[in-house]
Amino acid sequence: MTTLSAYISLDTTSRSIGADEVAALLQASAVQHGTSVSLTRTGTRGLFWLEPMIEFDTDAGRVAFGPLDPGDVRAVSTVISPKGELNTEHPAYLGLLDEVPEFAGQLRHTYSRVGVTDPLSLAQYRAHHGYEGLQRALSMNSDDIVEEIANSGLRGRGGAAFPTGIKMRTVAAQNDTQKYIVCNADEGDSGTFADRIIMEGDPFLLIEGMTIAGVACGATQGYIYVRSEYPQAITLLNKALATAYEHQLLGENVMASGKQFDLEVRKAAGAYICGEETSLLESLEGKRGLVRFKPPLPAIEGLFGKPTLINNVVSLVSMPEIVRLGADSYHALGVERSRGTLTVQLAGNVKKGGLFEVPFGTALRDVIEQFGGGTLTGRPVKAVQIGGPLGAFVPPAHFDMPLDYEAFAARGAMIGHGGMVVFDDTADMGEMARFSMEFCAIESCGKCTPCRIGAVRGTEVIDKIRRGEEVDAHRILLRDLCNTMVDGSLCALGGMAPFPVLSVMDHFEEEL
Amino acid sequence: MTPEQIKQRTAIIVESMQFLPGGLLPILHRLQDQLGYVPEESVPVVAKALNLSRAEVHGVISFYHHFRRTPPGRRTLFVCRSEACQSVGGRALEQHAKERLGIDWHETTTDGSVTLEPIYCLGNCACAPAVMLDEQVVGRVTSGRLDALIDDLSATD
Repeated sequence: MTTLSAYISLDTTSRSIGADEVAALLQASAVQHGTSVSLTRTGTRGLFWLEPMIEFDTDAGRVAFGPLDPGDVRAVSTVISPKGELNTEHPAYLGLLDEVPEFAGQLRHTYSRVGVTDPLSLAQYRAHHGYEGLQRALSMNSDDIVEEIANSGLRGRGGAAFPTGIKMRTVAAQNDTQKYIVCNADEGDSGTFADRIIMEGDPFLLIEGMTIAGVACGATQGYIYVRSEYPQAITLLNKALATAYEHQLLGENVMASGKQFDLEVRKAAGAYICGEETSLLESLEGKRGLVRFKPPLPAIEGLFGKPTLINNVVSLVSMPEIVRLGADSYHALGVERSRGTLTVQLAGNVKKGGLFEVPFGTALRDVIEQFGGGTLTGRPVKAVQIGGPLGAFVPPAHFDMPLDYEAFAARGAMIGHGGMVVFDDTADMGEMARFSMEFCAIESCGKCTPCRIGAVRGTEVIDKIRRGEEVDAHRILLRDLCNTMVDGSLCALGGMAPFPVLSVMDHFEEEL
Repeated sequence: MTPEQIKQRTAIIVESMQFLPGGLLPILHRLQDQLGYVPEESVPVVAKALNLSRAEVHGVISFYHHFRRTPPGRRTLFVCRSEACQSVGGRALEQHAKERLGIDWHETTTDGSVTLEPIYCLGNCACAPAVMLDEQVVGRVTSGRLDALIDDLSATD
């Protein structure tokens, strides 16, 4: 009896549309056919319009079937022919996964293992270059590691896109016996799921990245602050952590180097503001997530008053490859001051939603049209909100922009985490502007007045405009209020919530 | 559970976690995981062990959307309100959920079966609109699929 090796994603989104049911049906049909299937649950390839999908090993590579309706027993059972072979005549047969255009058109650099390996298998992680980055880091001195990261051009995936190497250098330079590495995994922006996909699909990569950061900065304790909305990511991370401890990849003597690094997962509690770095630190200290004044910077006085490197998931998971292959390997990708790759997340009203890793410099239009394939409803695209709920609504007239932090900033937009939410022409942009203010009012930490009160007033003024009350005067007032929030707020929540509102006023004036 | 039993349960949790740096959130999480909510009777026990005022503990509980101060229904249905879900009919789905269950946000059906909560992004944006039933995320939810999900709940109750 032949054994077929099959792979099905266990990522939250794949499961949310029936991956578990398809896995069960596949096993049941294998029994019927007298074949045996060795099934590995992997992370996702990010091609969600093809999920639930099954991949099989063949001599030529992995071939795939998808999407498979979990309610259609026959569709799943006929993937394997009565002879126990793969049924290449099946309507959902996709051929070699590497040749699916939207996959072939990417450059999987940081996300190369996601969807390929069993996320909890340390052996598979190592077989695909896992822990080679840390091994090299342990043979280097700390300044050289920091220089590699700085020279790679890696920038943070928050709104500010701050150079990661500079932060690291500051923390490394502090002369303190206790320092911390904190991973900001409170990815609360709508339309972003890159962090979740990597935490569920390649958790050892985050552990390795944070350990490298710890070695570079001289920090012995790390915390991963993960959203409570991501229960599966928390479970998988905790399992991977336990395995890493068992194999002395964490603890008192990391890889027999004599260096210590401990790591703990902390569950957040549903406050969007805790994605802001200083609020996150307050929350980790067990307090309300109120924004801190800066300075002092967290790199100098961070968690529990100690020097703290706080980075997003994508920054930290980029480090192992940068150290393993050298800064040039990352810097060679991208354009201008935007180096390396961006994991674009296409979502909302889009035909082919998913995660696509591409070099910076790729045209926005290519992303939306070639990868996304237009709207799900088939209607014209009206706007794309980029960079989360605080990102501008970009109209199709601006789709010629390259994915480049500065090119976006020049048009009043931001890339942020790379999340893109597509809207078709039925979207009510006035309502979207109102929602931005309403969201800010719900999520404001309340510490500064422009954000706390401005967001409430902003919602009211938009309501008045939409009711037709003194429209011209209220438009002037709204713009003024937006400027006050932008200039006067302590952090990016109040400081950026007006951006979507202003973009609606600028590009969709008749709707507000 | 009587107030006295709640205090005892709280004391056991607190004892095992009180020396965790920044331990208040992990303690509140464990309380809610075990009891379904953070009872008022737990507050003084937690405050005393962590050398905080009761007001400080209360302030933390009320700041975070995740913590609840009253017992939830047997199951909790979270409906995502974020932009990606809105772009494919999320608003109509929210309305449908409220009408079908006959309750508003943060309320529990009269038979105690379901609590309805808004949530801001489940990271399921590429297969929106999304809901989460306790910890199970469901994507591409139409009003029909939501009805079927709720029907299943009543059947298994």
